[in-house]
Amino acid sequence: MSAPVLESRGLSRRFGGLVATDNVSFTIEPGARQALIGPNGAGKTTLINLLTGVIRPSEGAVLLQGEDVTALSANQRVRRGLARTFQINQLFPDLSPAESLGLAIGERNRSGADFWRVAGGGKAMLAEIEELLTRFGLEAAMDRPTRTLPYGKQRLLEIALALACRPRVLLLDEPAAGVPEHERHDILAALAALPADVAILLIEHDMDLVFNFATRISVLVAGRLLCEGEPKAIAADERVRAVYLGEEAHG
Amino acid sequence: MIAAPASPGFERIAAHLQRRARWRWSEVAFWLALLAAVLAFPSRAGFFNEILIAGLFALSLDLILGLTGIVSLGHAAFFGLGAYAAAILSSQGLADPTLGLLIASALSGALGLATAPLLLRGSDLTRLMVTMGIALMLGEVANRNADITGGADGLNLTMGPVLGLFPIDFTGQRNAALYSLGVLFLLFVLARRLAQSPFGLSLSAIRENRLRAGALGISTSRRIIAIYAVAAAYAGAAGALLAQTTQIVSLDLFDFHRSADVMLMLIIGGAGYLYGGIIGAAIFIVVKDVISGATPEYWEFWIGAMLVVLVLVGRERIAAHARRTLRMLVPLKGRAA
Repeated sequence: MSAPVLESRGLSRRFGGLVATDNVSFTIEPGARQALIGPNGAGKTTLINLLTGVIRPSEGAVLLQGEDVTALSANQRVRRGLARTFQINQLFPDLSPAESLGLAIGERNRSGADFWRVAGGGKAMLAEIEELLTRFGLEAAMDRPTRTLPYGKQRLLEIALALACRPRVLLLDEPAAGVPEHERHDILAALAALPADVAILLIEHDMDLVFNFATRISVLVAGRLLCEGEPKAIAADERVRAVYLGEEAHG
Repeated sequence: MIAAPASPGFERIAAHLQRRARWRWSEVAFWLALLAAVLAFPSRAGFFNEILIAGLFALSLDLILGLTGIVSLGHAAFFGLGAYAAAILSSQGLADPTLGLLIASALSGALGLATAPLLLRGSDLTRLMVTMGIALMLGEVANRNADITGGADGLNLTMGPVLGLFPIDFTGQRNAALYSLGVLFLLFVLARRLAQSPFGLSLSAIRENRLRAGALGISTSRRIIAIYAVAAAYAGAAGALLAQTTQIVSLDLFDFHRSADVMLMLIIGGAGYLYGGIIGAAIFIVVKDVISGATPEYWEFWIGAMLVVLVLVGRERIAAHARRTLRMLVPLKGRAA
């Protein structure tokens, strides 16, 4: 069995008296298709912020490809292979998709601090930008300011930007959130086509999407890991039905 | 998935990414017009010199405000330090202007580097107050150390000729303006290059969305500190130019109104495309000159009115409207309707 690509050990985070994350230990295998589910307020966002380094844990550790990255900043973790997307679009409104992707690729290549070369040169980078634009159906909109793109295209750019970091682990925070029905298919197709060697942790409310996508599901309730397992086992689990699926059933 | 080596998309992307790199005719015309103005009106050389130096100062603010989105109400700290450094170097016997300019600029850059970490946390309001506070402190330091700075009396400079050839004292005001134009042009070319580099692109990303910039692996703190130091060095160069070409420095260089004026100039000319500072400085100083000639003490009313309209209505809308009006008045050749 291969070593986990991302691992949390006894991760806790308290905000004053509130325990937002409570002793969470879990692992993500290389190339995994894993989902993290839980009712509203279960602490999913806090856990993502702990894993990515946006906030520091009160206790516990985060290991990325076996290396303890607990003390590293968010951008240092990205350079070690951990990328994420955001539930609410976090894009560059006045930059175009091509510029945004060029930026992400340049940073990955460590050429982002170069202040003398004109940005957007280099055949390898251009080829990669084109490949990502094509893969996510953004070729036609590649030179428009991002803020003018339809919402569904912006969601796709969210994922494309994270992928441009060439991560080993990709955290997708509700990628289909707010996407209108007729654009949903594009998102699902993009998720299905993500590189097989990239481990993916999908944080999602949409149960159809979760059960279609994930081969392993972790359930978070009140900051604690309630259970983990294959989709079938999770769907059949009485505790999960009680706290989560039951609540969704009427929706 | 394999990308074709040279598909049409490839060329399109390259052209899009590098669209601002090539010099446009309008840019060449802009610089030639500045040169022509200085050469054509030798009696107004001092006036042009003032505009060019204010333009360089506003360009330096554009690097942090327009490009990176970092606000400052204390940019005069670096301007004043550059001016005083140039004056003190001259009083110590260093008469060569370019060497003095380089040293003064480097000193301001060092102060920028040292104070930039204070700007990384907090909100825009925090940054406004911190930058303002630093300028206040520096002004007081200059006031207290009168034995070096001349205190309230200021300092007079004795400068040698630029490059050993062109005197820039009161007999050589046109040389002085050309010297300022040369420095402005050089630093502008550098800033233009920087803005179009991957580094410049990452500064835009920090301005647009600092959270996401960090999530792409960009060390946003380091980039902000770097550009702040560069901007401080630019402001120091502007201050040194003013000291060397007017041959006098005084404590008002650190005044709050200098920091506020330079921001006004940049907002009037438009932040973020590098020419705005120079254009804004020209408008600001010309308006000041014209209106204060007619009604002294009243010119700030019009500057204030211009600012309110620009900020509330928005520059793009005004520009679009002006273009439409112009098109109606002057039907362009070969353009239908």
